[in-house]
Amino acid sequence: MVHGTFALLKPQARNPAARIALLAAPWLALLALWYAVRASGLINPSLVPAPHAVFLKFIALAQDRLALDIWMSTRRVFVGVFLGVLAAVPVGFAIGWYRGVHSFLDPLINFFRALPPIALIPLVIVYFGIGEAAKTAILFYASFFAGVIVMVEGIGQISPIYVQVSRTLGANDAEIFAKVIVPLAVPHILTAVRVALGVAWATLVASELIAAQQGLGALIQNASSFFQLDIIYVGIICIGLIALAMDLALRAATRRLVAWQDRIA
Amino acid sequence: MTPVPALDTQPMVALPSFPVRLRLESVHVDFPAANGPMRVVDGIDLDIRQGEFVSIIGPSGCGKTTLLNIVAGFVKPSSGRALLDDAPIEGPGPDRGVIFQEYGVFPWLTVRGNIEFGLRLAAARVSGAQRTEIVDRYMALMGLADFADHHPKHLSGGMRQRLALARAYAVKPEFLLMDEPFGALDAQTRTAMQDLLLQVLATEGKTVMLITHSVDEAIYLSSRIVVVTARPARVRTIIDVPFGYPRDEAVHEDPRFALLRAHIRTLVMKEYEAQARQAAATE
Repeated sequence: MVHGTFALLKPQARNPAARIALLAAPWLALLALWYAVRASGLINPSLVPAPHAVFLKFIALAQDRLALDIWMSTRRVFVGVFLGVLAAVPVGFAIGWYRGVHSFLDPLINFFRALPPIALIPLVIVYFGIGEAAKTAILFYASFFAGVIVMVEGIGQISPIYVQVSRTLGANDAEIFAKVIVPLAVPHILTAVRVALGVAWATLVASELIAAQQGLGALIQNASSFFQLDIIYVGIICIGLIALAMDLALRAATRRLVAWQDRIA
Repeated sequence: MTPVPALDTQPMVALPSFPVRLRLESVHVDFPAANGPMRVVDGIDLDIRQGEFVSIIGPSGCGKTTLLNIVAGFVKPSSGRALLDDAPIEGPGPDRGVIFQEYGVFPWLTVRGNIEFGLRLAAARVSGAQRTEIVDRYMALMGLADFADHHPKHLSGGMRQRLALARAYAVKPEFLLMDEPFGALDAQTRTAMQDLLLQVLATEGKTVMLITHSVDEAIYLSSRIVVVTARPARVRTIIDVPFGYPRDEAVHEDPRFALLRAHIRTLVMKEYEAQARQAAATE
């Protein structure tokens, strides 16, 4: 719903042609910038593959290994984020809700959250080996800590009035949890998933440093050893597009599930 | 203090034979503050009988809401006792419906969902058919039937307040504790809601404690008015309202209405002045 004066901040095109143009605009601008950087000579043109060259490489890879790479990476991210958020929701809830738990766990969470997943790879290899478990562990790690922060803040800002009101209507503790806290937590769980997904895709390349044969990260690692910039570009663009697609899907689901929220955007 | 001329002080609703349901006995409340505990309520004694409508009126920030919170069960007295049917009040419950100043309507539920919330709880024990009937009735009463499937984000402030009222009425509490429930409404809606409240009380019989800033509202609705001092809250005076129930608009024309209003206004103004002197003294 677009309200009053805020409508001015959010241009909404009327006809479908204009709408498509607005959607395509940022990407076309990026493409133009890409060509411009090459043409300007600011960076050595041999270090910046042309967009059409990258596209041709994409076609070539698509006929070869790309589908498998995409599948492997997407699956890893999925599993890592799923497990990470599954753990983050109850832990984040407990920290946000119970003062004692907060005092105890919060400093620990912040300590471990600060550790970059890349730095942990040697330890992960030692404890998990070099199989799928190791790669998933890194992604789980990144997703879990991203999710916990979102949950803690979200639960913490639930207004006490809703609990008070429900008590005056006769709700017991179990009912308050199920009928008041859970609905209020849903938007935060969805945000936790979105953030965890973003972090996981960003960590994917690091996780696939652990001796991965297939995967977009592996593709990029491989290509970088042979200085095949066009393949690197293909890999990075694929990661970006898939992550974007997942995020858009999640946002659409959020809009549906949390239609009741009064929001600016 | 000018004596109030010839008011009939016989309470029309709660005869002395009606049992005392709520009792505040030497209630003191201290809240922690930056430089030591702050006394918010200072020795309040108040008895409320079955069927009474008691309004509490006094300057802003004097502790009226704290009094309501004690009866609601959100705050325990620092000393003294708060009793419901001679038992100490332990916490909130569906027997004491509360209308909060901030409404607290559940944003994730529709209008219908909000009103039926209390009826879906284990404590309610109503069947599905009964529930629908009750919800429809109060939705219609509050003029919200057209918005049954809308979420609160589509409602104006006044409509949200009406939703909060419908939600509280639906569980048929014995006591209604209302914290400036009509403050956010325009004059027209305010009058309509006041009349609706009287209508609900006439058919359902409750004991009400109302906090208000409006002297007119207090006189129109109540059987007794408690004027409270500036912080820390003490009872300044208790005034019996001489009009019976059921009441209607005509009561505004009664000469005693104007006299009462003038009298109570003077008392409340004196408390505002006391509060201002207090504030000046602490600067």
